[in-house]
Amino acid sequence: MSLGFILTSIEQGLIYGIMAIGVYITFRILDFADLTVDGSITLGAAISSHMIIANFNPFFTLIVATVGGAISGSITGFLNTKMKIAPLLSGILTMTSLYSINLRIMGRPNIPLISDITIFDLFYLPFIPTRYQDFILILFIVIMVLILLILFLKTKLGYALRATGDNPNMVRSMAIDTKKIKMIGLIIANSFVALSGALICQYQGFADISMGIGTIIAGLASVIIGEVLIGKKSFYFIVPGIILGSIIYRGSISFALMSGFAASDLKLLTALIVIFFLSAPRLKSFLGGTFNA
Amino acid sequence: MLKLINISKTFNIDTLNQTKALININLEVKNGDFITIIGGNGAGKSTLLNSIAGVFKPTEGNIILSKKNITDLPEYKRANFIGRVFQDPLMGTSPEMTIEENLSMALNKKSSLSLKWAVNKRKREIIKDHLSEINLGLENRLETKVKLLSGGQRQALTLLMATIIEPDILLLDEHTAALDPATAIKINELTENIISNHNITTLMITHNMKAALRFGNRLLMMNRGKLLLDIDGKTKENMTINHLLEIFQKKHKEGFYNDRSILSLA
Ligand SMILES: Nc1ncnc2c1ncn2[C@@H]1O[C@H](COP(=O)(O)OP(=O)(O)OP(=O)(O)O)[C@@H](O)[C@H]1O
Ligand SMILES: [Mg+2]
Repeated sequence: MSLGFILTSIEQGLIYGIMAIGVYITFRILDFADLTVDGSITLGAAISSHMIIANFNPFFTLIVATVGGAISGSITGFLNTKMKIAPLLSGILTMTSLYSINLRIMGRPNIPLISDITIFDLFYLPFIPTRYQDFILILFIVIMVLILLILFLKTKLGYALRATGDNPNMVRSMAIDTKKIKMIGLIIANSFVALSGALICQYQGFADISMGIGTIIAGLASVIIGEVLIGKKSFYFIVPGIILGSIIYRGSISFALMSGFAASDLKLLTALIVIFFLSAPRLKSFLGGTFNA
Repeated sequence: MLKLINISKTFNIDTLNQTKALININLEVKNGDFITIIGGNGAGKSTLLNSIAGVFKPTEGNIILSKKNITDLPEYKRANFIGRVFQDPLMGTSPEMTIEENLSMALNKKSSLSLKWAVNKRKREIIKDHLSEINLGLENRLETKVKLLSGGQRQALTLLMATIIEPDILLLDEHTAALDPATAIKINELTENIISNHNITTLMITHNMKAALRFGNRLLMMNRGKLLLDIDGKTKENMTINHLLEIFQKKHKEGFYNDRSILSLA
């Protein structure tokens, strides 16, 4: 395994980790199985790539993409809280509509960013070897996102978000509108997902209409791996743990591809990885009994 | 201060399961009243409190709290003036959050949801003070997740959360029923202390006739969706459990034979 291979896996893991944190917010904190993600990640890429070929500042495109994600989250929230459509279906409806919308935004199924200027072209730190430049920029963005999220979770609104997923009855008796909180949670989560999508297209050098397929499973896999690794701790540890989970997940996928699996095997592999990590606690006690419960 | 005007609640209207849980209830609760409510299973006691709390809209009638008509106000908005403790100790707290986090949400009840820190030094002190008042040693366990607490500790915490910002009215629905007898007595005493210290207007459902007679200044008995009995403090003082049982049986029979609408449900 080369250094380049490891570095690429880590970089991918970090970028997709932002998406995984979005999944964590809906699935775990809010207890809302939100499938918007497959669409909002592509939305982020569609907005960013379209703006980049129109010569916008690539950093600015990240902001617009994030806002796009926020809007898509609010639509799922609207369908669920106002139209009373079930969470799963609300997400699927938004995700499906986003496919057409993304195609509209992109104008074609694939936008390559070959000679266009991305954030990775604009960022340069002196005295740092070229091969680490991307890594540092990505790490910086991810750390910013982590800090913002952790600080947010300590605010009044953050507490309300955590309690809503845990016991909505208690939240209502604390005079808080759980519907509003769900809405806010979906908005934040899909903002992260779209930001991740925008970063992905700039990192890999293209946006593709079908790049979002299977995102939700990858996100869940990262969340689960992170949780198994970190254990039952407070969110200060879990949130960075999910980024770690995402890195391990991307690493496993790259490793599998390198060892001869076809790209079409990835879905099966992902499922196997999730199953492995879900059953890890059982396997441990099964094999040795040294694992403390 | 609280007025129920001709409140009825029918569940599953126009289906085979149609249930008249409340039938034309009229009730006026005065400021500072501590009312205990008794009645058999399915009498409509919880439905009464749920209507007041806004869990659902009554089929008929109006609810007036502190001169405001709150009949159409959603549950979460009413919570600004209403404190609740439920029978199930799991209902009132967020198990994955710590004692401090739970209480801070209660402390922030009336302030707007914002991006301000949920807890600060001053709030932590307030929380600690209140916790030490209830004498369970919880003031030293601020960082403990609530899911690790016993049922009694949770009910004590929920009670504190319901009253830390003084509500206009406190609703207790058999909040000691899930506890062992010794703990139930403790929580009942704590309840009594908090209510009398702050003079909080309270409705308390209980299955325990002794508690119903001992606590409060007024007693209501419900049966089949109706108020059977409304006893004031003086009369209550001289009553025994046997009295209550007698009255209940007598009224129960009368109701059973006289009220056709109920008969058709039975
Ligand atoms: N959400 C609901 N949907 C349908 N029926 C309900 C609902 N809640 C209560 N009921 C019915 O309304 C009637 C009154 O129920 P309620 O829970 O108010 O009784 P209760 O006096 O609190 O009884 P208990 O002492 O057993 O708690 C019962 O027949 C019950 O089955
Ligand atoms: Mg009840």
